[in-house]
Amino acid sequence: MSHQLETALHPSGLRRVAIDTVSRVEGHGKVTILLDERNQVQQVRLHIVEFRGFERFIQGRPYWEVPVMVQRLCGICPVSHHLAASKALDQVVGATRLTPTAEKIRRLMHYGQILQSHALHFFYLCSPDLLFGFDSEVSRRNIVGIAAAHPEIAKRGVLLRKFGQEVIRVTAGKRIHGTGSVPGGVNKSVTLEERELLLADIYQTVGWCRDAVRLIKELHAQNPALYKEFGVCRSNTMSLVGAEGELDFYHGSLRARDGNGGILFDAVDYCDYAQYIQEEVKPWSYMKFPFFTAFGKRNGWYKVGPLARVQNCDRIPTPLAEIERREFIDYCGGLPTHAPLAYHWARMIELLHAAETIKDLLHDDDILGDDLVRTGERATEGVGVIEAPRGTLIHHYRVDEDDLVTMCNLIVSTTHNNQAMNEAIRQVARRYLDGCEITEGLLNHIEVAIRCFDPCLSCATHALGQMPLAVELVDAAGVRLHALSRNGDGAVCQPCA
Amino acid sequence: MNTVIGKKLKVATTSLAGCFGCHMSLLDIDERLFDLIELIEFDRSPLTDIKELGSCDIGIIEGGLCNAENVHVLREFRRQCKILIAIGACAINGGLPAQRNQLSLALILQEVYHTSVGLANGLIPNDPELPLPLAKVRALHEVVNIDYFIPGCPPSADTIWKALNDILGGREPELGHGLIQYD
Ligand code: SF4
Repeated sequence: MSHQLETALHPSGLRRVAIDTVSRVEGHGKVTILLDERNQVQQVRLHIVEFRGFERFIQGRPYWEVPVMVQRLCGICPVSHHLAASKALDQVVGATRLTPTAEKIRRLMHYGQILQSHALHFFYLCSPDLLFGFDSEVSRRNIVGIAAAHPEIAKRGVLLRKFGQEVIRVTAGKRIHGTGSVPGGVNKSVTLEERELLLADIYQTVGWCRDAVRLIKELHAQNPALYKEFGVCRSNTMSLVGAEGELDFYHGSLRARDGNGGILFDAVDYCDYAQYIQEEVKPWSYMKFPFFTAFGKRNGWYKVGPLARVQNCDRIPTPLAEIERREFIDYCGGLPTHAPLAYHWARMIELLHAAETIKDLLHDDDILGDDLVRTGERATEGVGVIEAPRGTLIHHYRVDEDDLVTMCNLIVSTTHNNQAMNEAIRQVARRYLDGCEITEGLLNHIEVAIRCFDPCLSCATHALGQMPLAVELVDAAGVRLHALSRNGDGAVCQPCA
Repeated sequence: MNTVIGKKLKVATTSLAGCFGCHMSLLDIDERLFDLIELIEFDRSPLTDIKELGSCDIGIIEGGLCNAENVHVLREFRRQCKILIAIGACAINGGLPAQRNQLSLALILQEVYHTSVGLANGLIPNDPELPLPLAKVRALHEVVNIDYFIPGCPPSADTIWKALNDILGGREPELGHGLIQYD
């Protein structure tokens, strides 16, 4: 768990390589690399370059607006923010227990969200790297290329995401930025027709999710060394687990393990998160760096998300996904894996679990009920935690007697992975870049490592998918030595200096 | 959709200070995506690896302007795209991120990086690698001319589909009842 390569010892005189993933293009994040005269890597950093300040301007708003407002943090996982805020505000309105209908509608919405987000990430964004190869032709590396080469895979990806979005529409009222969840419960349940609509597709959905797990397993089997060794970043891990240690995306308590799988803490009430987690600010990124307080900045950083969750829980409470979890754990020899590419496998297991859970919930008559909201004794503070598609999401609010928010603290999933993503790209830079000339393929290797984490830089400002790249080598005095970019047809070109 | 047969129109998309919800709503056309890619070719977009924006028929921009880089990208889009579409509340009036406009940027940075809960250290990120934030979040049309505005947060997939169909077919886009919405 080192911080090697984070800061060069003697930066003066080093050449700067900016992998400007998004700065002149999407405006959200970029990678910089410093090299010495022998092209040895001395420093690598992933910078998050956009700042929005949601935490501050939520202050002064009435609390009941918050679950709808905070969704605008992220259009990819809006339901996660909608529900994390609702859970925090359940405490404020004194809803210690939701009605069965409200709890199940929210779960249905959330598992729909996991399904659509995982399908989007795997099929639309990552599958081109995995199916065509990391340094395959740039012009093919997108969903259009997949549609041409693997039409059936592309079609299923689109339809899986569609199904997840339809579950969200039915439960939240709208596919993106719905309004279904309110402090204390939900404002609608599901009608019989809506249930029929979703039931019509659920069995096919479960089957396709099984096939997706099979596909990622085949890819691992084709190149086991790559999948095991690429960008490995050993760290602690954290996720919510349910009351019996089972995988649960909607509710539970915090569990953390060290890099060997040993328990660091368990059954922690998430309202006490602030006693366990602190955040460090670094001058070169707007995204903060969280760590476990007890283990300090250097050793206390951790990973969240599918890879953490699937290895952190004791079991998955649906049968098909549980079989897949066991196979995954066996494949890794019973020891925790820290390979970023294994995130994809874990993510597909979760995709299957989400589909199975939706199927079960659709057969539960509680989702048709009309007892929707509870309130009780008013409180001034609430913490809501949920497992968003990308990992643990923390929302924390204080509300005054005029119903206005006075404090808001958000730790979004991608932020937890900040250090891990930085470490992964340092590993990749060391392994593939050290001492070499830069190539387009190398740039994509760095992107592939970042992409494994499915970073939602919109939550921390989001960069969706295949990030366009430009690389510039500049000497310490700022003189451009060398530049590479991908041009319109994907070829790497070298503009004249 | 009837375009000139045999020639695919080039479409570029980008997200500035937005949440990607408008891009997600574009993807919510679902299987119609396969019809769309018969008619268009994506140039620079979060969905492709293309870096340099080429000359395009249509540019679609989500999100307003919150830093200097956003302005640079917007100008580049205006220069390269024949038709520029501002999609969603953020692009049209700054949207939710513009809520910060009533506060001083210095104050917000101070609160987020110095005084918020659970910080191990206080420090405002200031590395030269980070583009300078604008004092206020701005709408796109404050900086360049915009040809079409599609309202909504986000506009629905059907709205986007109808507008694109009209434009691809060489017609003025007309969004009838039910397609214009502001939430
Ligand atoms: S208009 Fe709404 S959906 Fe679109 S980017 Fe802005 S917040 Fe997101």
